[in-house]
Amino acid sequence: MQSFRRIASSFFTLFLLIFSTSQLSAQSAETSGDVFVIAILVIVGALILVSAVLMLSENFVQLEASKTGVDVNQKSNLTSSVSQLWQSSGPEYAGGEHVHQLKKGHDILLNGEAEPVVHASKTTRYALKPTDYRGMSPIPKVVVAEGDEVEAGDVIFFDKKNPAVKYVSPVSGEVVAVTRGEKRSIAEIVILGDKEVKYKQFDPPSISEASRDDIVNFLCESGGWSLINERPFDIVPAIESVPKNIFISTFDSAPLAPDMGLVIQGKESAFQKGVDTLARLTEGDVHLGVDARGETAPSEAFTQAVNCKKHWFSGKHPSGNVGIQIHHVAPINVGDKVWTLTVQQVITLGELMFKGKYDAERIIAITGSEVVAPSYHRTYLGASIDELLANNLKEGKNRIIVGDVLSGAIAGEGSFLSQNSDQVTVIQEGDYYEMFGWLLPLSPRPTISKTFPNFLFPNLKFDADTNTHGEKRAFVVSGQYEQVLPMKVYPQHLMKAIMVGDFEQMEGLGIYELSEEDIALCEFTCTSKMPLQSILRDGLDMMREDA
Amino acid sequence: MGLLETFKKIEPDKKKQPLLHTGYDAIFTFLFTPKTVSKGGTHIKDGMDLKRTMVHVVLAMQLCYLFGTYNLGHQHFAAMGQYVGFLEGFHLKLIHGLIKLLPLFVVANVVGLGIEFWYAAKRGHAVEEGYLVTGALIPLIMPPDLPIWILVLSIIFAVILVKEAFGGTGMNIWNVALMARLFVFFAYPTSISGDDVWISGFDSIRDGMAANYGWAHSAFNWLFDWMGLATFSGGQVIDGYTGATPMALAYQGGWEKVTEVYSVSQMWWGTIPGSIGETSKPFIIIGAAFLLATGIASWRIMLSMFVGAAVMAMILNGWDATPFMSVPWYYQFYMGSFFFAMAFMATDPVTAASTNRGKIAYGFLIGFIGMIIRVLNPAYPEGWMLAIIFINTFAPLLDRLVLNSHMSKRLARG
Repeated sequence: MQSFRRIASSFFTLFLLIFSTSQLSAQSAETSGDVFVIAILVIVGALILVSAVLMLSENFVQLEASKTGVDVNQKSNLTSSVSQLWQSSGPEYAGGEHVHQLKKGHDILLNGEAEPVVHASKTTRYALKPTDYRGMSPIPKVVVAEGDEVEAGDVIFFDKKNPAVKYVSPVSGEVVAVTRGEKRSIAEIVILGDKEVKYKQFDPPSISEASRDDIVNFLCESGGWSLINERPFDIVPAIESVPKNIFISTFDSAPLAPDMGLVIQGKESAFQKGVDTLARLTEGDVHLGVDARGETAPSEAFTQAVNCKKHWFSGKHPSGNVGIQIHHVAPINVGDKVWTLTVQQVITLGELMFKGKYDAERIIAITGSEVVAPSYHRTYLGASIDELLANNLKEGKNRIIVGDVLSGAIAGEGSFLSQNSDQVTVIQEGDYYEMFGWLLPLSPRPTISKTFPNFLFPNLKFDADTNTHGEKRAFVVSGQYEQVLPMKVYPQHLMKAIMVGDFEQMEGLGIYELSEEDIALCEFTCTSKMPLQSILRDGLDMMREDA
Repeated sequence: MGLLETFKKIEPDKKKQPLLHTGYDAIFTFLFTPKTVSKGGTHIKDGMDLKRTMVHVVLAMQLCYLFGTYNLGHQHFAAMGQYVGFLEGFHLKLIHGLIKLLPLFVVANVVGLGIEFWYAAKRGHAVEEGYLVTGALIPLIMPPDLPIWILVLSIIFAVILVKEAFGGTGMNIWNVALMARLFVFFAYPTSISGDDVWISGFDSIRDGMAANYGWAHSAFNWLFDWMGLATFSGGQVIDGYTGATPMALAYQGGWEKVTEVYSVSQMWWGTIPGSIGETSKPFIIIGAAFLLATGIASWRIMLSMFVGAAVMAMILNGWDATPFMSVPWYYQFYMGSFFFAMAFMATDPVTAASTNRGKIAYGFLIGFIGMIIRVLNPAYPEGWMLAIIFINTFAPLLDRLVLNSHMSKRLARG
């Protein structure tokens, strides 16, 4: 589509050029018209000639191929090689396997990328938050009380609607607080961690021999089940749920995202065990989205993984989003359930099945322009963000984000990591006035618009801040969303369908295929500053309650 | 930031003086990008906003403004046979153009923005930027001698009934600027059609009709006299001058009749009578290229509109029943306001189709139908205004077709 666009626009430009020059050069009416007609005839003639030659040679190649017995449907025919001129083939390390080359998207380059060094843990407080788990009743049954000693893997709370699924402690230590939020809902259960984590020893069933029910029951008891995310609604799956497929994206393309190759170092076998376990749980396959963007091959833990199907993806963000990968491999249809996990969740699952320990160790990338020394930190699920960032922040008014700048959550004072987070980003708050900022911006800022000179400096990195650079308006967009969303959906129309609560259209336009992170870039580019992610979540919540 | 603090001090109370506060807010946000920060969702935002989008469309029109203003003066003197060379009498042509254009521009913006401010205050939201473009477009598509009261009526009609009634910028179905013109066209047809209206400064275009100068001309005469320059000396329409536009001529006698009066390069460069902004093709194309390069206007709409018009013109060439039909299809683009409509009118993101495939159909249909109206309709020899408004009406339907086919494909996939 991109190449078509390029051809079409260049032809249009050519057309206008000829139109103008024929006029400039010609003196009288007669000749100018002639020049114009001749120019058009020449172009059309050349096009016909080229396509005739292509078709003819294509036929010859096919004839020759059928004589020699080569499979012509593979990569040997001419049209595919012509199309390869437009889309360069995948990287060498993909070994000729099919690479999903996503043409749409945008990489936002920011300052403050994490140095590839993993620092040891310095955090002492951890929290498990019922609010991390969508759809859970606001007041779950908390089975521990303040002052209790717990081991990593001990049950902390469970949902009264779904009592089989247990939510367990990521570390060992003392429960120091059960914080309540609005209407007596449970906000978080805070645990003061031991220096040396003591693990509750489980007795895991054999991955290859135990029945699926045994594995499910074990995972529910040991907290492994709570790691699983079920699309379309991003919930913890019900215990009777059997997914169509399980997807794991092994790379993150978001701004300043952590390098999964670093995260998985030393945990390759646990990852494989996790994949093996998941393969028992689905009626379809476990699919890995593998990074084909870089110069060098991704970690062998991903490329050599077995018991799963691997799909290479290249292209700008959001190529690493699992939602985008699902769309290109096996899209979610009405009624489908698909599970997704992050790499670190798979590792925890693998450790659980391998060693019988709930090892929720997390490597967190501390990133952003306002971090003094951006790097990786080894800690545990739910660690205190204040402790993670201690003595590592620059002066000034900062915004701390759990996750990336596109779809992370604002972390207030005393907040903790979420159950699926692997990144913390700190950027400046942008609460300043800017004179004629809309017309003549003083500082460079990320944008996809060609009205800024950014496209001349593709490698420029930005100190982005949280200023909205404009006010909210009604939808006046033309094509920005489509430019950054490598999916066959109509984001603008879907959003409008959600806003008017049209269930049939929401379903028809593919709301089930989307999650906040997938349309985060659309929200970033939106001229009218529409809060697309929260609109989408409203729509998904509506569908979930309706279901 | 002394200015910022001064501005903060004089902020009127929003509850007590809503209209004043709206005006203040509009001017303040024009001067300063507000300090609003993102609340969850995407934490960083693209530097592009609606103000910037709209101002780039206005920028793209500036060459049309420059040329249109000067050409107003040029046509005025050409009718009297004075300063026949394009650059002769430069100051007189420029000043005459400004005297004619400025009232249109000022009134269009004061009236339109006034209504916008009033509605914004009533609804308690900020003034939206859509009128920046509408207010810049309206003077370019009106005849130069249009009585101001008609202009005011047309703008009141367009802004209230076509835009605010639907909810303001981003909600309207029809192109606001074109609806203002449409209003004039149906309510006061004599002031926007015929041969008389495109030459400014005469009551009508008849042999011996004297130029009509007002106080502004006298004031400048006094100034020019003092500076020792040529002055507005008055004059009469010369024998045989009709003021007919190429479109009118083509309707009477086809391309031959057109080229008897205007050369091809005159039509191309735009030194012919017509609406203020539409005549100069190269400057419009530069504006269009600017909009395409910055990605503000949709290339799909422009390209398919061009193709649609060309296809219809070729069909008419084949039919060949009237002199106008036999005008070679490529010469159709030299006459009338095709390029202006393509660059600035059809591409309005609010009223155009919003799906990519819908945009292609939308552009094609405009080109196709506009050419039918231009050539086959005896009453009015230009079709883009009517075609665009007609297809604006169907744009949601085109989108609906695209979405329905998309939805049925998605269902079939399962």
